[in-house]
Amino acid sequence: MSFDLGILRAQFPILAQAVNGHPLHYLDNGASAQTPLTVLDAVRHYETTSRANVVRGVHVLAERATEAYENARAEVATFLGVEPNEIVFTGGCTAAINLVAYSYGSLLAPGDRILLSELEHHSNIVPWQLLRSRSGIELDVLPVTEEGRIDLSALPRKLTPRTKLISLAHVSNVTGAALDVKQVVEAAHSIGAKVMLDGAQRAPHGPLDLESLGVDFYVFAGHKVYGPNGVGILWAKRDLLEAMPPFHGGGSMIGRVTFAETTWAPPPRRFEAGTPPIGPAIGLGAACKWMRGLDWTAVHAHEMALTQRAMDGLQKISGTRLLGPQSLQDRYPVVSFSLDGVHTHDVAQVLDSFGVAVRAGHHCAQPLMDHFDLAGTTRVSIAPYNDSGDIDAMLTGVEHAAKTLR
Amino acid sequence: MSDQLYQERIVALAKAKIGAGKLAAPTKSVRRDNPLCGDRVTVDVTLDEHGKIKEIAHQVRGCLLCQASASALASVAVGRDAAGVAVLRHDAERALGRESGEAHEPFSAFEPVREHKSRQECVLLPFEALKDALS
Repeated sequence: MSFDLGILRAQFPILAQAVNGHPLHYLDNGASAQTPLTVLDAVRHYETTSRANVVRGVHVLAERATEAYENARAEVATFLGVEPNEIVFTGGCTAAINLVAYSYGSLLAPGDRILLSELEHHSNIVPWQLLRSRSGIELDVLPVTEEGRIDLSALPRKLTPRTKLISLAHVSNVTGAALDVKQVVEAAHSIGAKVMLDGAQRAPHGPLDLESLGVDFYVFAGHKVYGPNGVGILWAKRDLLEAMPPFHGGGSMIGRVTFAETTWAPPPRRFEAGTPPIGPAIGLGAACKWMRGLDWTAVHAHEMALTQRAMDGLQKISGTRLLGPQSLQDRYPVVSFSLDGVHTHDVAQVLDSFGVAVRAGHHCAQPLMDHFDLAGTTRVSIAPYNDSGDIDAMLTGVEHAAKTLR
Repeated sequence: MSDQLYQERIVALAKAKIGAGKLAAPTKSVRRDNPLCGDRVTVDVTLDEHGKIKEIAHQVRGCLLCQASASALASVAVGRDAAGVAVLRHDAERALGRESGEAHEPFSAFEPVREHKSRQECVLLPFEALKDALS
């Protein structure tokens, strides 16, 4: 395996375009990453040679479609170091969390507690609030440190005998801070609680070994890992999936249906009612395979060098404030900042005029924004195909915003 | 191009901060949030016995476009009732290209926002807050 940035970028034809008269500098990967040709080819191959529904058909196209769909499941499983029959394809990361909240949540009793954190994405807050409304569970919240990390020193006082699940971001979508998973898992399992990680911002940065992480549930989205949108995955330990009731009812998820009684298919099919997102799942499998082909030691070093370049450059611009860890230790390539006197959307709009795509706003993390008393931040999120030119263009744009808008 | 968006008139309106602040004893105070971007506008008004605006103040935690819009609105709102403010809104909608016709001062300043549909709600948020304050 090797890492040649030129070869890598050539796999992403979307990058070779001008926006507003400048080369495109795509730094909004945390919202949606771009897709390499190999993924597009996999989807196109399915759509042009094998498009059919999966599971039930006996004709040739149906057989091909089913095989491609299950091969994609196996690719995702390999990427995570787990068994294919523990991978559930969902409509996305949010859909996967909602699945767990509804299904696993239905096994909880009033008074049981779920522990979240202050930096969670709304998708790891609201499904649990809905569960609380339905079933009377209680929510607890871990605070964040001034560096934008989940404050695990609060774990002992936040865990109770009634805590059944800890659900946290593996990597913050705002600060880039990585969770100390080992500490969380040890604390949770010592009281019999389960651990779910929202891997939306971690999965785009290389394969995982979920067995060694020791977590119980893991979720991520296809479109953030260089795959199509409209697909995501839930991984859960086999015994948990076996114990969980269906989320959605319909075709494919049943054992036998009568008006008197219906039995459920075994996992993962139990949780894949109706026609699944077949093409997107095949694309996601291809994306996982593509990611496994990269030299992640080199890619990670490259991504973090760009992160440092962004942080150093931003700190030289008067009035910028970085939100998140001040070093590269235990973090991923997400850099959020504010610029005194200039609203984050205005910063992003000016950057767009330089061909630089970033995200601005609350990043679906309003409790975190409230903690730091911010309306929002401007977020730079980096992928393997980014280069120093992308970072420098961003810095030029921020300097321009600082000069012209305040 | 954003340099075309952030033209001098819009920047000047935002920096003028006409009506920025709070009223000591408002007849009504209304806060409106834009859930998509987190922008927040609070509008205070005092009204006369006919429902016309005697005083107006606003606090904006939002972008430059939102600040400029609140400033423009405050510059022409005094003496108007709900129907009079609706007339101003039509002018802003014309500037944004949502309604046909020519926009007038001060809202004609927002014509560059026509090409930036995702930013038009920023301009209209102060109108939403004021509409609620007069309802």
